[in-house]
Amino acid sequence: MKARVYVTLKPSVFDPQGRVVADALVTLGYPDVKDVRQGKFFEVELADADPATAKQRVTEMADKLLANPVIESYRVEVLQ
Amino acid sequence: MKFAVVVFPGSNSDYDAFYAASKVVGEQAELVWHKDTDLKGADAVILPGGFAHGDYLRTGAIARFSPIMSAVQSFADRGGPVLGICNGFQVLLEAGLLPGAMVRNDRIKFVSKHVPVRVEQTDTPFTAACASKQVLTLPIAHGEGNYYAPPDVLEQIEKNRQVIFRYTNDAGEVGPEWNPNGSLNSIAGICNRERNVVGLMPHPERASELSLGSADGRVVLASAVRWADTLVRHA
Repeated sequence: MKARVYVTLKPSVFDPQGRVVADALVTLGYPDVKDVRQGKFFEVELADADPATAKQRVTEMADKLLANPVIESYRVEVLQ
Repeated sequence: MKFAVVVFPGSNSDYDAFYAASKVVGEQAELVWHKDTDLKGADAVILPGGFAHGDYLRTGAIARFSPIMSAVQSFADRGGPVLGICNGFQVLLEAGLLPGAMVRNDRIKFVSKHVPVRVEQTDTPFTAACASKQVLTLPIAHGEGNYYAPPDVLEQIEKNRQVIFRYTNDAGEVGPEWNPNGSLNSIAGICNRERNVVGLMPHPERASELSLGSADGRVVLASAVRWADTLVRHA
């Protein structure tokens, strides 16, 4: 069973890397790009469990290690 | 007194800190491996600079789970002086021993140069020998030294006088042009509420002798010695 975790900087935290990517896209001929926020994506492979337990376990992992709650927020998806 | 310098896989300023504590300040010092579980009877602990565990995931994120960190946590809880330098500061933030977090430098660049740093408070174990508002010239070398805390936390930190070092110009003036990494309020170093845990991005240990371009950093470890002496006299 697999779970996906998306980690992004909170909207209030400036994302210098995303800003540089946005500037590069504008330079490349995409003037319609207003902003880019860069984040992290994790695919966690787990021993089989019921989806609710899996979601709870992975949420705990995200809280403890995968994201820093001071600056980042996260979203967990469990794949069947 | 005795300093313990924690060595993580990827630390690179561990010997600099060891040298500054033992040869420059002239006290006992011992390197302690991150898998050790005790601090060898140290009176002060230094988490050195470097790239602990490769800085994978986030700076300091893996290091905070090293076995030695439980000992550092309980040492800090008992009021023991703990100094985090650069990557060591990032470890203390991830471990929750200090408030806030680090994000990438605002201009993305890794910044490596000597900068003026103003001492904001002298009532901590690592600034006790400094003059109030003294400006030290110290090297910085980091890609993620952009200090961030949510507005309410930042307000608390300022109110409780937990900002210990700030980036300034040589005259000690604060301004965005003297802020090398975009840190909120030009913060270069902070302490916890109890004031025994201090973290800073600049490297005092790399500026402890004139042959290194500046000896201004010596006062940080010398402060710890004075602090320990004062405790002995009051005991």
